[in-house]
Amino acid sequence: MKDFGKYFIFLGNLFVNRESFRTYYRLTVEECVLIGINSIMLFALVSTFMGAVTTVQTAFNLVAPYIPKYVISQVVREMAVLELAPTIMAIIYAGKVGSSMAGNLGTMRITEQVDALEVMGINSISYLVFPKVLASLLMYPLLVILSIVCALAGGYIVAFFASYITPTDYIYGLRYAFNPFTITFALTKSVVFAFLVSTISSFKGYYTEGGALEVGQSSTQAVTTSVIAILIADYLLAQLMLAS
Amino acid sequence: MIELKNISKSFGDRKILDNISGTFVKGKPNLIIGASGTGKSVLLKCIVEIVEPDEGSVLYDHRNFTEGDKNLKIEIRREIGMLFQGGALFDSKTVEENVKFPLDLLAKMPRDEKYDRVNLCLNRVGLQNANKKMPSELSGGMKKRVGIARAIVNNPKYLFCDEPNSGLDPQTSIRIDELIRDITYDYGTTTVVVTHDMNSVMGIGENIMFLYKGLKLWEGNKDEIVRSGVQELDDFVFANKVMMAMREK
Repeated sequence: MKDFGKYFIFLGNLFVNRESFRTYYRLTVEECVLIGINSIMLFALVSTFMGAVTTVQTAFNLVAPYIPKYVISQVVREMAVLELAPTIMAIIYAGKVGSSMAGNLGTMRITEQVDALEVMGINSISYLVFPKVLASLLMYPLLVILSIVCALAGGYIVAFFASYITPTDYIYGLRYAFNPFTITFALTKSVVFAFLVSTISSFKGYYTEGGALEVGQSSTQAVTTSVIAILIADYLLAQLMLAS
Repeated sequence: MIELKNISKSFGDRKILDNISGTFVKGKPNLIIGASGTGKSVLLKCIVEIVEPDEGSVLYDHRNFTEGDKNLKIEIRREIGMLFQGGALFDSKTVEENVKFPLDLLAKMPRDEKYDRVNLCLNRVGLQNANKKMPSELSGGMKKRVGIARAIVNNPKYLFCDEPNSGLDPQTSIRIDELIRDITYDYGTTTVVVTHDMNSVMGIGENIMFLYKGLKLWEGNKDEIVRSGVQELDDFVFANKVMMAMREK
């Protein structure tokens, strides 16, 4: 409970005693490169394989002859848009970006770099964390869109090279009974998860105490706590936005 | 001038600082000395409020820092330069960017002027050709000197140094001490140095505060320290073989 309160005070400190717009712009661009551009390959690779595997497994389960083949790609689409791209990738995002954020801030803390900022009269939370949160909010939704595209492309590659479904049926299934609200839902989730991962990881890193061992522990805690928060938020958002 | 009034600090049940009062004078190196674990660094952190004291107050030229509002704290903090024990250089920035950092955030001056100021400070600490080096490429002594350059780049009124000689060889230690002393005299800063190095004490100790188990036991200068009559201070001072030999002579 104490940590919960400390987390909200930490969030409040993001918005006080801020530096100039130019400072944040430069730092946010740097963070966007670290968070976004450097994650493209991982996201593309994982998503493509997830799309391909989902196609194969769905085809394996849909054995009844009266079920049309295009249902396979319809299932892949719904899986990718609703869960695989925003949620499963958020867990990978927490592992890659969240642990890096916590490790970076934890190292800065134990080597007194955070104290150096504070002594200069700079709000270290706002200076160090705000650009990370902003960059995360900007980049993670884009990574989710990339992930959806790659997952659907992965399924298409399977359709093209294997005999489960023809490419024509696959494309037809992708377009069949498409509800655009699912994209709104996926992007809403991506914004919420980006916020949770960046703030929780930064919080864990910022309050690291001790030495190198504790920096490692902070990174682990950042990932664990972020994943739990993602799963809880995933359920709450589904309940709020999809339950009729 | 910096005044400490009844500073106390505990961590849990453990009292680290007990009712410390004293004055650090302008234009002279002021030293806080004592064995490891006596609360020297905690006191320094209380003075700059990285650690908040439980009781007491710190006054910077009669301005109450501890009880001041947010704006006063920011104003005073921007007059402070601090050298940390490990240098606390930003790993992702070059030497030049590290030294320029306070100017980028706190000073309003043209770009060229900033670079002139950075070069001036790097020259002052004898690192004129290190602008583009990364902190990971520097030795311990060089890191400390870059830390000093960063601390003085904004013309601070108050300079704090936490164990500036720790981990350095004797020659480099003397150079760092001389640098701190020269900066203090040349710019008239109120300098506070935390150390347990007797060479520093005998070299630059114009105003010394001795801490023992969180208590201030003695205050004086380097000429008075050898005949203080305080047993704990004698034990600390004459633990050094050179000092012991001096006493025997």
